Amino acid sequence: MTSKATIDVLPRPASVSRRGFVGGLSAGILSVAATEAANAESLADVPDRGPGADLSAHSERSRFAKIDRIPESTPGKRNIDPSNAINSKTPHQRLVGNITPTDLHYERSHSGVPDIDPEQHRLLIHGMVGKPLVFSADDLKRMPSVTRVVFIECTGNGWENWKKADPDLTVQNTHGLVSTNEWTGVPLKFLIDLVAKDKDSTWMLAEGGDGAGVDRSIPLTDEIVNEAFVAYGQNGEPLRPAHGFPMRLVMPGFEGNLNIKWLRRLKFGSAPWMTRWETARYTQLLADGKARQFQLRMDTNSVIIQPSGMMQIQQGYNRISGLAWSGHGKIAKVEISTDGGKTWTQAQLSQPVLSKAQVRFQMDWAWDGKPTRVVSRSTDEQGNVQPDRQSFIAAMGTNALFHYNAQQTWSIDAAGRVRNVLA
Amino acid sequence: MSSRKRLITGVLTIGLLASPAFAFDFGRPATPDEIKLWDIDVGPDGKGLPDGSGTVTQGKQVFSDYCSACHGENGQGGIKDRLAGGQGTLASNMPVKTVGSFWPYATTLFDYIHRAMPYPTPGSLSSDETYAVTAYILSLNGIVPADGKVDKDSLPKIKMPNRDGFIPEPEFDPARLFHTK
Repeated sequence: MTSKATIDVLPRPASVSRRGFVGGLSAGILSVAATEAANAESLADVPDRGPGADLSAHSERSRFAKIDRIPESTPGKRNIDPSNAINSKTPHQRLVGNITPTDLHYERSHSGVPDIDPEQHRLLIHGMVGKPLVFSADDLKRMPSVTRVVFIECTGNGWENWKKADPDLTVQNTHGLVSTNEWTGVPLKFLIDLVAKDKDSTWMLAEGGDGAGVDRSIPLTDEIVNEAFVAYGQNGEPLRPAHGFPMRLVMPGFEGNLNIKWLRRLKFGSAPWMTRWETARYTQLLADGKARQFQLRMDTNSVIIQPSGMMQIQQGYNRISGLAWSGHGKIAKVEISTDGGKTWTQAQLSQPVLSKAQVRFQMDWAWDGKPTRVVSRSTDEQGNVQPDRQSFIAAMGTNALFHYNAQQTWSIDAAGRVRNVLA
Repeated sequence: MSSRKRLITGVLTIGLLASPAFAFDFGRPATPDEIKLWDIDVGPDGKGLPDGSGTVTQGKQVFSDYCSACHGENGQGGIKDRLAGGQGTLASNMPVKTVGSFWPYATTLFDYIHRAMPYPTPGSLSSDETYAVTAYILSLNGIVPADGKVDKDSLPKIKMPNRDGFIPEPEFDPARLFHTK
């Protein structure tokens, strides 16, 4: 274990000399820089108060807080024209807390974002059912609903680092394909009862109303039947078009692409359909040339966000923070190493810790100014531990493309520059 | 009677009048004809494949008209997914995943072309055109002969080169899940 640095953030008592005070800090934390910076400014410089802008129909971010996603493509294809983008990544390094702002929730679409009039949208539920039914968006809103905070993660999250680590990547580039929102909708179980599903139906095809008609076969396990829902609400408002307006499937803990957006058809059957998405696309090629299929659950994961790629830190007090999540349930603990994985210290988790939702972790750290590496590893309530990169690659090879959940390491050089490295 | 009570009574009355057979009056019955319009999925056993057929020769023309601009002349070298070649590369450091090297079912190819292609006008190819271009892409990979033809009987019988190249995740293995012994 690392030595626990005691970080004194209280003002120094007037009777104690600066030398004596600094010397008294167990980890030698310097507060000199902050004190001198404070001396350089004055409250007299803060602009005067005055009447503000008119009240408005909705609130924009401050002009001083410009925060954007980044449209990107496959690994290594960055800074591209949005017309060539296949995803758009969440700027974790600019966000706080556990919930991703709606407009910054990551996006992955396979045929653009359809412009759907909810009046004209229909959901057909058929197949092995007693009563095939057609529902409108209004029908769904009249039904009993559930509201739940869950993460959704693209299986491509982390894919920049399979084969190499570009040093100039930010955490947005490496881990921007996971977000957490509060979703509201109708339990799948309720819809199953409405259409009187045949008890012999064990698989369900969910299909989107996008140009690609993205469709996935979903096994009707107890967990999925009890937890899946057809959502029409996102963070208290209608779904945004990029996230499936007017309705999408939400599959807590499972591959992002199973959360079918612009949902227009659920068909009940007794075997998977072997769609393009579950054969040619979202399967993981192993080193021996065989591909792992129906790896539907998103595994235990975490990433340090402060500090992270392309940031610069100062010697002394640093607060390490990041996000952890698991498709298996709640995060039980997150450990942080500030010496490249030799020793680990348990971080604090912000409450509440929710099942299949991202949780913020943090830890105080005194950086001694020497080059080092910081890394986090999460453990979930089922005992799954986020793997180190070496054992992860030994099991998966470097061709899998999807389901990368190895521990993320950031290197810090003597100047405090933080960079993406493999381990 | 409070306005709230009147409102609730009104909703209940409308609900009762409009609900013929269901415990809940949500949605409406789907007719067989309209289900047919949307029921486009094709399973690996061939279930869902429509009548019709297409030859490699016909498919070469369809491909040239609608596909080659993105996928290249012979399914290679285009700006979008490569469709042919790559066999023998899956265990290398630079695997090339194509219909011929990676896709386990020929039925999936029909389904995907029919639902999602051509990219600007998905679903616009007729069943015959879809069979034809499926046959052509399979021929580019040496899976059907140059004078070949496919239809709903022959397509599910084609064994793709990488048919046995997939390992189901134990938790969701279709062969074991729901088969409690």
